[in-house]
Amino acid sequence: MVLVPALLGLAFLVLPLAGLVIRAPWTTLPDRLTAPGVVTALRLSLQSATIATGLCLLLGVPLAWLLARTRVRGRRLIRALVTVPMVLPPVVGGVALLLVLGRRGIVGGWLDSTFGITVPFTTTAVVLAQSFVAMPFLVIAVEGALRGADTRYEEAAATLGASRWTTFRRVTLPLVAPGVAAGAVLCWARALGEFGATITFAGNFPGRTQTMPVAVYLALETDLEAAIVLSLLLLLVSITILASLRDRWLTGPTAT
Amino acid sequence: MSTANPPALDAELVVDRGSFRLALRLTVAPGEVVALLGPNGAGKSTALRAIAGLVRLTAGRVRLAGRTVADPATGGWVPTERRSIGVVFQDYLLFPHLTAVENVAFGPRCHGASREQARAIAADWLNRVGLAPLARRKPRQLSGGQAQRVALARALAVDPTLLLLDEPLSALDAGTRVDTRAELHRHLADHRGGTLLVTHDPLDALILADRLIVVEDGRIVQQGDATTITARPQTSYVARLVGLNLYRGYADGHTVALDNGFKLVVADRQQGEAFVAFRPAAVALHRYQPDGSPRNVWQATVAGIQHHGDNLRIQLGGPLPAAADVTPDAAVQLGLAPGERVWAAVKATEIRAYLAGKEAG
Repeated sequence: MVLVPALLGLAFLVLPLAGLVIRAPWTTLPDRLTAPGVVTALRLSLQSATIATGLCLLLGVPLAWLLARTRVRGRRLIRALVTVPMVLPPVVGGVALLLVLGRRGIVGGWLDSTFGITVPFTTTAVVLAQSFVAMPFLVIAVEGALRGADTRYEEAAATLGASRWTTFRRVTLPLVAPGVAAGAVLCWARALGEFGATITFAGNFPGRTQTMPVAVYLALETDLEAAIVLSLLLLLVSITILASLRDRWLTGPTAT
Repeated sequence: MSTANPPALDAELVVDRGSFRLALRLTVAPGEVVALLGPNGAGKSTALRAIAGLVRLTAGRVRLAGRTVADPATGGWVPTERRSIGVVFQDYLLFPHLTAVENVAFGPRCHGASREQARAIAADWLNRVGLAPLARRKPRQLSGGQAQRVALARALAVDPTLLLLDEPLSALDAGTRVDTRAELHRHLADHRGGTLLVTHDPLDALILADRLIVVEDGRIVQQGDATTITARPQTSYVARLVGLNLYRGYADGHTVALDNGFKLVVADRQQGEAFVAFRPAAVALHRYQPDGSPRNVWQATVAGIQHHGDNLRIQLGGPLPAAADVTPDAAVQLGLAPGERVWAAVKATEIRAYLAGKEAG
């Protein structure tokens, strides 16, 4: 009795992907993959997702440390706030970013009048939109890893004369490296697939803000085959990530 | 060891943990090895952590080589990383992502040595503990005894004023333990700073330490050198450790009335609250009531029989619970078996009586 819904569930998850593969224009695929628009969108997506992940690491790892290792007041509130972008519809995130960083926004207005910097509808906006939605994944993963790590190693480092920063850099971080790496991959995958916040906050300018998901959505209206090719490409990237996670990190803790 | 040198450690530790209170006064001279001996939960490890700055004092103070590093009364506080200490933890806590030589070089590097200097110091220390060939191994590729030696080298590589050892041998199996203990003894003898060793194993304490401090329930119950402590135990814990029958009572001349009402005749003349102690081997067992010289004779029940070296150790129940050592031959002749009744006798001259209250040493 359990088997029927289980198989139905499996079919529900697999069939759409199979449809994508079946409907792919295999004969024209090589030409379409190397078409200038596709290559540009792919490059932009890979670059922006990577930069966004870097930004998330830079800001998210210290944030995770704050949540896991200190007794700062309002820690639970901070954690709740960090997780909001995870459950928030991305398009709402895009609107919020636009309101803050837009030309008439609180921060955006100041940036515009003081430095002449305009953020919305630029590649920077793409990176910020992706970081906004992806960072919680990294913070949660790293915080979990930090909580699981034995703090007595940090005590041992202190008895050897290591400052807090040295301890963090030379002991804590290497110990939680697998967790950080897993969090970074999840973060990168989320950034790569980002659509709602990106199109709202960064728009759709080929070469500047048109990432793969945005390109797929727009191609759907004009050129179905192009949409399928782009989707196929994203599917391939996703599967590659999954495989790398499985081999290197998901089985890591038990294998070593 | 000149008198002008301040002690490596001069501490008055008061740490409250819920209803438990640790209150110890400790000093360790440079070059001296002091063992903090006590049962589990006595507060030994808390004392060590308080000295290392991993636990805050409720009151008291900690001085390392004359420098105050913790003094709650004035708010004085030097964090762990700026105290001149080295710690060997119970399970070593070698950094798993670093090799043996990197583990040992970690301390010197944090103390300002260059990468090359730190490496050289670490290589030298690994050489001293006989592990130079294993320098590039990760901790998980080392045996328990090897890991212990790396941990010791790591702690000593920063040339600490005070070396703290937390149950340094308890994670090892019996065979490795003997060798590692002997080697540890050698390194501790070479160490110019003070050493505080925390252990629940009397053998570790007796072999490694110059002075023993026995801690029970957060307080010092006895301290002194090994001879004093084994000769005059002040608590049943210490007596058990050194294998003596110990009782507390009130001495009036040659008679001591024990707290349970039993009276023992002793050779030593004492007056007041006193301890009486005798060795299990001093107890003679008889099938029938003996006559003649023994002054202390009572009827006992065999409660248990254990092997003890070449002899058997008989646990006696009855008016005076005691342990008695007999040879296997004697046990057969007496027909000893649990539940059997026997006569026990101890000569007055075999019993030591000494006044209670004053700590020896």
